[in-house]
Amino acid sequence: MTLPEGTPEKRPGPAAPAERTWEAQPPPSPVSPVFDEVTRQRAKEVIARYPVARSALLPLLHLVQAREGYVSQAGIRFCAEALELTTAEVSAVATFYTMYKRTPCGEHLVSVCTNTLCAALGGDDIYARLSERLGIGHEETVGEPGTTGSLTLEHAECLAACDLAPVIQVNYEYYDNQTTESALELVDALRRGEKPHPTRGAPLTDLRTVELELAGFTEDPVVAAAAVAAGSASPETLRGNGIAAERGWAAPALPAEPPALPPLPEKP
Amino acid sequence: MTAPDAPDVLTPVLTSRWAEERSWTLETYERTGGYTALRTALAGHPDQLIQLCKDSGLRGRGGAGFPTGMKWSFIPQGSSGPGAKPKYLVINADEGEPGTCKDIPTMMADPHSLIEGCVITSYAIRAKFCAIYVRGEALHPIRRLRAAVAEAYAAGYLGTDILGTGFDLDIVVHAGAGAYICGEETALLDSLEGRRGQPRLKPPFPATAGLYASPTVVNNVETIASVPYIVAGGAEWFRSMGSEKSPGPKIYSVSGHVERPGQYEAPMGITLRTLLELAGGMKDGIPLKFWTPGGSSTPMFTAEHLDIPLDFEGAAGAGSMLGTTAVQVFNETVSVPWAVMKWTEFYKHESCGKCTPCREGTYWLVQILERMVHGEGTESDVETMLDICDNILGRSFCALGDGATSPITSGIKYFRQEFLDLIAEQPAVARPEQLADVELSGASA
Repeated sequence: MTLPEGTPEKRPGPAAPAERTWEAQPPPSPVSPVFDEVTRQRAKEVIARYPVARSALLPLLHLVQAREGYVSQAGIRFCAEALELTTAEVSAVATFYTMYKRTPCGEHLVSVCTNTLCAALGGDDIYARLSERLGIGHEETVGEPGTTGSLTLEHAECLAACDLAPVIQVNYEYYDNQTTESALELVDALRRGEKPHPTRGAPLTDLRTVELELAGFTEDPVVAAAAVAAGSASPETLRGNGIAAERGWAAPALPAEPPALPPLPEKP
Repeated sequence: MTAPDAPDVLTPVLTSRWAEERSWTLETYERTGGYTALRTALAGHPDQLIQLCKDSGLRGRGGAGFPTGMKWSFIPQGSSGPGAKPKYLVINADEGEPGTCKDIPTMMADPHSLIEGCVITSYAIRAKFCAIYVRGEALHPIRRLRAAVAEAYAAGYLGTDILGTGFDLDIVVHAGAGAYICGEETALLDSLEGRRGQPRLKPPFPATAGLYASPTVVNNVETIASVPYIVAGGAEWFRSMGSEKSPGPKIYSVSGHVERPGQYEAPMGITLRTLLELAGGMKDGIPLKFWTPGGSSTPMFTAEHLDIPLDFEGAAGAGSMLGTTAVQVFNETVSVPWAVMKWTEFYKHESCGKCTPCREGTYWLVQILERMVHGEGTESDVETMLDICDNILGRSFCALGDGATSPITSGIKYFRQEFLDLIAEQPAVARPEQLADVELSGASA
């Protein structure tokens, strides 16, 4: 490292910058036109759910992602304006969480669990084969983002379905007990524009619809009710129950009437 | 083999409704006794419920095992000072600890038991707002919970003047956005406040300064879903399962190399030997090598530990932790250094970056482990890793850093030679390109 000569006081100051004129920029529009009146109304509803407005930030980021397929700069500004935060504050949050994507995603998001247990049972191979078949890596997209059959691939950390390993999620719906063959069939079908039914969860829609649901909204009440009723119990989930029923095992019976609550503790 | 008074081997309580048709609906829940405990609870005094919870010995099911009733009693009450602030109940449903998969089926199959537990708990701690923070990837549970919350509002179990008692409660089902760290209670609170999910320094504890700096109880899904049963059955009934210090039933999630992985609800203290019998033994008869009692953050066990009672004391006594009773079973085909590397990659990805020992330590541990697993380890790697672990453990705000050291230190404790063998250029898992080399050299020989 070289030090400049002389004391700071005696050093020549930097040359005065050349005169520049700044062209007046038009002020940014208050809200990007992408975010229509419906979205703005929904943002208000989300904010109204919480005692403190800022708690709405995570759902709002899901909401803007539902609109655009990722969290864009316009989306960040929309959230910032809705919550009276700076865009820096919103960016800091958006970049922290894995589920907020910074580039446009495909129609579907395919998440392959490659955490230890799934990986040991074949998750690593599944991810490698899918990556090879689709010609993309982690958080990359095949196809024009948002169009039918476009896919974004990611390797995910534990998806909390370890008894059903190896697991894949498509738009956060579960496809359990996968093999490399079943996983390849799944992505091939998705690429063709088909929507294979998940093992557990609602009929497959697309990433944007699911992001809207995460924000707390559904478009069609009939579809939403059907989604709630879609299957959830796998044989694995019910294994202990099944064995208990078979062998006549049960928890000690609950009393017919609930026992009296304990007396009020003495105040110290 | 069981004593006359001993409970059965499996005791479905929390899982008892899971096989019912349309188990997630209010109709099924009420038909099977749901929301009767709420009436009992609301007829009592909140302090009686806190006492009942203490008497039952219920301990937190999220991993730490803190006594739940005691946690509730820490909430300051009164009309002045800290007791005058609004109180909050926050449910930690950010299930993401590798191996853990009990809360997601609970919320999918029986969301009303959690909601009833939330109302009773909120009444006990005098909260009027409750948030259920569910990890964002758990879409179907979120869907079911939201539908159940709507049903509960419509039936008068939520909202204002619940069942005519004058008690008000609102519940919000809040979707997270993909961050394991938010399962740490203070990081969860920051996230719920719309910030990056980074842990807070404790004290102050959430009981005095939690959500919005107000008194807050943060409890796990399984803990709160147990509460209606404790009200309906009483402390003695609850204590008829499990041990003196670890009472009650618990969902054990058995995964990995077993014939029949799945959810097994048993009294606390069941052993892996029994769980393995129920799960049909080791898959294809390949012997057990190592297993975790409660997720990857709990130090691993080996075949020596088949008879350790899986309760808080039993697991701790054998040098591990009960954690979330996520029993991940690995057979002899799995390389320990490889498994440890995969887990360490997870902790590195999920470290929030706030504390230097955890952020930098996990980064360097991954570098070393990847190098070792690829057969390029050095003589000093094992000691270097132990030294790094020593510099992480207890030196970060939250338990993520501590958890990151568990697979490494326990892996080296039981399988040191396997790590040392890697130094002699023996990859734990042959990389595809190396396989190609082998084939080439084989062909030319």
